[in-house]
Amino acid sequence: MREITALGYSHFILPFMAGMTFVLGYCIISMVKVFIEITPADRRKFLLSLVNPRIMLKNIRDIFADCLLHVKLWKRNKLLGFMHSSIAFGWFMIILIGHIEVFIYTPDRVNRMWYPIFFRYFVAVADETMRGSLFFFLMDFFLLMILIGIILAMVKRVRSLMFGMRRTTRNTLLDTIAMLALWAIFPLRLLAEGFTADISGGSFLTKSLNSVLHNFISNAEINADPTWWAYSIALGVFMFLLPFTRYMHIPAEIMLIPMRNAGLKIRHARKGFSRLQVYSCPSCGVCIDACPMSVTKAHTKDATVYLNRQIKRRNGKRIEEISDKCLLCGKCSALCPVGVQGDKLRIAQRSVRKYGLEPHYDNIQLPSAAMSGEGEKVLYFAGCMSSVTPSIGKSLTAILEKAGVNYEQMDKDGGLCCGRPMWTAGRFNAAREMIARNKDIIEKSGADTLLVSCPICYRIFVERYRLENIRVVHHTVFIEELLRQGRISIGADKKKYVFHDPCELGRGTGIYEQPRQVLRIAGELVEARKSGQQSICCGGSLGSLSLDFNRRKPIINSSIENLTAMSPDTIVTACPLCLNTFSRYSTTPVKDIAQVVADKL
Amino acid sequence: MNEIILIVGGGIAGLEAAGKLLQLGYTPIIVEKGDRLGGNVARWHRLFPDMTPASEVVDPLIENAKGANIFLNTEISFINRLKDKYNVMLSSGISIICRYILLTTGFELFDARKKEEYGYGIYDQVITNSDLEAWFNTGADPRVGKVHDGGAVGFVHCVGSRDEKALNPQCSKVCCITAIKQAIEMKERYPDLQVYCFYMDLRLFGKKYEDFYAKAQKDYGIRFIRGRVSEVCENIEGKVIIKAEDTLSGKPVRVTLDLLVLMAGMKCNQDGAKIGNMIYLPIDTDGFLQSKDNISRINTSPTRGFYYAGACTGPKTVPETLAEARAAALEIHTDIINSRK
Amino acid sequence: MSIFGFKISPSSAINLSELDTRRWDELCRKAPDARRCMACGSCSATCPAAQFSGMSLRKVLLDLQRGREKEAYRMMSNCMLCGKCLMVCPRGINTRELILKISQIYKEEDR
Repeated sequence: MREITALGYSHFILPFMAGMTFVLGYCIISMVKVFIEITPADRRKFLLSLVNPRIMLKNIRDIFADCLLHVKLWKRNKLLGFMHSSIAFGWFMIILIGHIEVFIYTPDRVNRMWYPIFFRYFVAVADETMRGSLFFFLMDFFLLMILIGIILAMVKRVRSLMFGMRRTTRNTLLDTIAMLALWAIFPLRLLAEGFTADISGGSFLTKSLNSVLHNFISNAEINADPTWWAYSIALGVFMFLLPFTRYMHIPAEIMLIPMRNAGLKIRHARKGFSRLQVYSCPSCGVCIDACPMSVTKAHTKDATVYLNRQIKRRNGKRIEEISDKCLLCGKCSALCPVGVQGDKLRIAQRSVRKYGLEPHYDNIQLPSAAMSGEGEKVLYFAGCMSSVTPSIGKSLTAILEKAGVNYEQMDKDGGLCCGRPMWTAGRFNAAREMIARNKDIIEKSGADTLLVSCPICYRIFVERYRLENIRVVHHTVFIEELLRQGRISIGADKKKYVFHDPCELGRGTGIYEQPRQVLRIAGELVEARKSGQQSICCGGSLGSLSLDFNRRKPIINSSIENLTAMSPDTIVTACPLCLNTFSRYSTTPVKDIAQVVADKL
Repeated sequence: MNEIILIVGGGIAGLEAAGKLLQLGYTPIIVEKGDRLGGNVARWHRLFPDMTPASEVVDPLIENAKGANIFLNTEISFINRLKDKYNVMLSSGISIICRYILLTTGFELFDARKKEEYGYGIYDQVITNSDLEAWFNTGADPRVGKVHDGGAVGFVHCVGSRDEKALNPQCSKVCCITAIKQAIEMKERYPDLQVYCFYMDLRLFGKKYEDFYAKAQKDYGIRFIRGRVSEVCENIEGKVIIKAEDTLSGKPVRVTLDLLVLMAGMKCNQDGAKIGNMIYLPIDTDGFLQSKDNISRINTSPTRGFYYAGACTGPKTVPETLAEARAAALEIHTDIINSRK
Repeated sequence: MSIFGFKISPSSAINLSELDTRRWDELCRKAPDARRCMACGSCSATCPAAQFSGMSLRKVLLDLQRGREKEAYRMMSNCMLCGKCLMVCPRGINTRELILKISQIYKEEDR
């Protein structure tokens, strides 16, 4: 390779350079901003994580898997995964190989930022550069890969179902312009390199294009400059728009991954880690299909992608509307390819609201719970809702009696709520007060196990109580253990059972397997159309503050429909709220897992 | 004159209409899915407000309808529309071709298990109004057997009525008066029984209902508490404890009872709704079959040849149902005469 | 107050025509469910805070409409937002939203 320009410069690089400088400056300022906004403790945590080799390795792996290869999208839909990784990985490889070429052939130009991008313009193929044919091939190969990705992206705009997406996000005007610029970059690059391939060299793509162009256009050389200009302008436009469009997710995600791996949490509605999550949203729209509310078309604008967009626009009214309506089922967070925590982001939005009346619980006298006896001491917390779903309490106590468990019910004469409903409403102080009061009773009881039959309670006991030397266990897990240890035994029947994963139990605390194990012992376990991490909220969730009864109906029905796909004899769940919600609507009998087991004792 | 009229449902509405149509010289055919005639009313013990035994009402109706063709244990498989007639296929394989069909499919009781907080099917001492009537008739229900003089019984009104969550927003109309009647019947058997009625609003609109209510208060000492029961639990002795708010004093109340009776409300008979669906009869917003007009044409469906009588168009009392049955018979009669002109 | 020459102490009667209903109206605008209560008392009977502060959403709504805000605030002070009232309400009223909206619109110091 030898240089053909004396200066290694041409005016056409200016649009690219301007865009590049702008976007780099913007990203650095934004990064600093996020860094300043997080709490000092988080900042320390983050910096320490960067020198921790284990986390460092994880960061590199995650960035590679999530940003370049889009592993999560591959798992979701092969075509969708291919489209994303071909563009992201292809582009990355082109930039990388471009730099390697500059390094090898024109080492004195490495400090010129535009050189790897427009390398083919500045060099001519020399005799000894057959050595470079590998690079020529690789460059063309990855360019082809990107071009296929872009064609797929175009197809996706009109036929999203092919990519496993029923609904896609509606672009903003700027998003559309940036998208068109992005689509234009690579065909223009191909064209530009095609015009110069006879001088600079090329491979199967650029070389063949070059001969085609020369055969059909006289004086093809004079078109070279304008196409290089166009290529640079497309790059410049894309980079100028990037910070104001969904493509901001590209740089934001690179910072989000190490911060997440450092264990940072959302602590503020709009600043710090929340800001980073909002900007990491690629607007892909996976959350629209994921959202259980999307069964009603009117609610499709309430998915996390639109929350992020409204937060960027600081549209207070819509932010409140979207965050209050959400059921907090957490499915969008579970499926989000970049890990935006839609549920936590919404709780944070709720937490900044001002209230004229504040609840307090210092006037409340609570009875203590003292456990006696030797060996295991199980304190049972039934939770508020159990009193309106008596089957759960009755069945569970029957199981405990049968197994000879030494237990005591903590809230048989009422008591304080666990605090989770208050927490999800964003009123943390009131929730913390309840947590402190309950924690005191539990710790003083002398129990070694806290048994909970409500996943809503269970989640906050696990996440926020920090009980010393007390094991918190949900009844699904406890029952499975009793069965496994042979302390109770049940016979199998011929019935088909389907398990509904309550949001707070499954996605909330990761318990999927134990209830299924119990049902496999009880009879035949069938799966819902969507289950596990993808299960659909029952629609009764306390997470939503504003969704009224009538607007919940379609969600409840779609959830039941999903569960009865394999025509089970019984729908089994492990949450009083799911039970209460389903049993009103379902024609298939609905039971709590404790009842299924107790009926067979 | 030998026009065939198909009557779907052998409850009191179907029987009364059949009797009248026979008198008018037509050939009614009654199709009943159950194994006996008289429907829901035949299962009742005595009727308000005069404590008339239900059999005194039902037996003459059956007697009068004897001349009709009656198919028991038979359901409608499908209905085809011919040019100006209907072809009705029965589950027994018989097909009936007729121009006039009267739906008297009535109501079904709300499934009290859907209100889990009341513990029906979970606690032994919780029964429904229908269970209690069965006990009045047979005396064989171990749950009611635990009731004794000096004990306490509670009635919960509006179980699955006026309840949007239970998908039954309308008032079932007869539960208030039925609860009073059943409370009085219990008091007649156990004079020292403490009887509580938990109501949201007392809706006692019919002839002599108010007198009946006054009698329940004054002569029987039945205690009426304005408040909807929201929780039921069980104590160690197997008695049920209920929680409600006494909304008039604004204080929560708790009562321990030997028996809790749930006044399950009425909803449209789902088999009737299914038959209606075969020929696209519309369902009204309250879940019952929709009449051509809710004031002046309650007996007439929007589809030619289809008529309604009784509780298939909404909760009705016995006298209302009988009056509607007669009205429907007359309606069909006039339509037949007009069509022959 | 003097009517026909008699001196009477201030009446305990609630004069509906003189009540300031602006905040109640605002509440009904933001949470229309406020008007749908039929005072059955289900929420009060099931409420875990009832035994502590006498919380009764039924009474809260009534008191707010009758100009007795202070009593309403006292009752609401122990609400835990647990959602039992939501589960038992036969009208399907979104009780938690109602409570949160009341807490936003009404202010302790206003009275």
